[in-house]
Amino acid sequence: MIMKPTNEMTVSFLSCSANESFGRAAVAAFAAQLDPTIDELSDIKTAVSEAVTNCIVHAYRDTIGVIYITCKLYENGQISIRIRDKGCGIEDVEKAMQPLFTTSDSEERAGLGFAVMESFMDTLRVTSKPGKGTSVTMHKTIKRRQAEKNT
Amino acid sequence: MSVRLLLKDGEMTAILSGEIDHHSAREIRGEVDEAASKVKPKRLTLDFSGVQFMDSSGIGLVMGRCKLMQMWGGSVRIANLNPKIEKIVSLAGLNQLCTIVKDVNDHEAYE
Repeated sequence: MIMKPTNEMTVSFLSCSANESFGRAAVAAFAAQLDPTIDELSDIKTAVSEAVTNCIVHAYRDTIGVIYITCKLYENGQISIRIRDKGCGIEDVEKAMQPLFTTSDSEERAGLGFAVMESFMDTLRVTSKPGKGTSVTMHKTIKRRQAEKNT
Repeated sequence: MSVRLLLKDGEMTAILSGEIDHHSAREIRGEVDEAASKVKPKRLTLDFSGVQFMDSSGIGLVMGRCKLMQMWGGSVRIANLNPKIEKIVSLAGLNQLCTIVKDVNDHEAYE
């Protein structure tokens, strides 16, 4: 069964590193509608920050491109976040997702971006076409709070 | 993001505050490295008490400073991690690379 989102938003912005905080703050502000805990919101912000940083450091390395984020909210408390770029793409997604793998030693990247997304969110899916771009889709279900259950 | 540097008895403490991401990590790295390369302290403590947000760029930041300090045989401690930062620090296994202490006055590491 395909669920219909109850709300949706899209933002796009340039791949300047100053926009890393904007990207995660925009998603967090939208996700606030699901009444998440501070911890859940922090997990979302961290995962988004990793994905946006990947676009800046890898997809658009030495260039400036556009990063697109689409968020959808669902009735069951789920949020889906899709972060997309039209950058260089990833040759071997499986290899790129291995913890500690990095192609960016000079920038002091720990190689943990995907590992963090995977552990802080419920699901993570990465699709990429070399020369075309990369798309990262993540889901998280925000738990209903006790107070809401009682009313 | 801001960095405050303290120097006492050949030990350097960098008090970090704000949000640590790839953008701000560059700035912190520049400030800490400039001072540390001059002073060559025996120990560098990175104090995270004022950090509200950190992604894996903070891990890269700690790893890089460990590498720098090793150049003259110095060590790195990280202190005052909130539970959210601790989560990402343990995911990265940073305890294998540096000492994690509860606060800057803590002499006993918990590992």
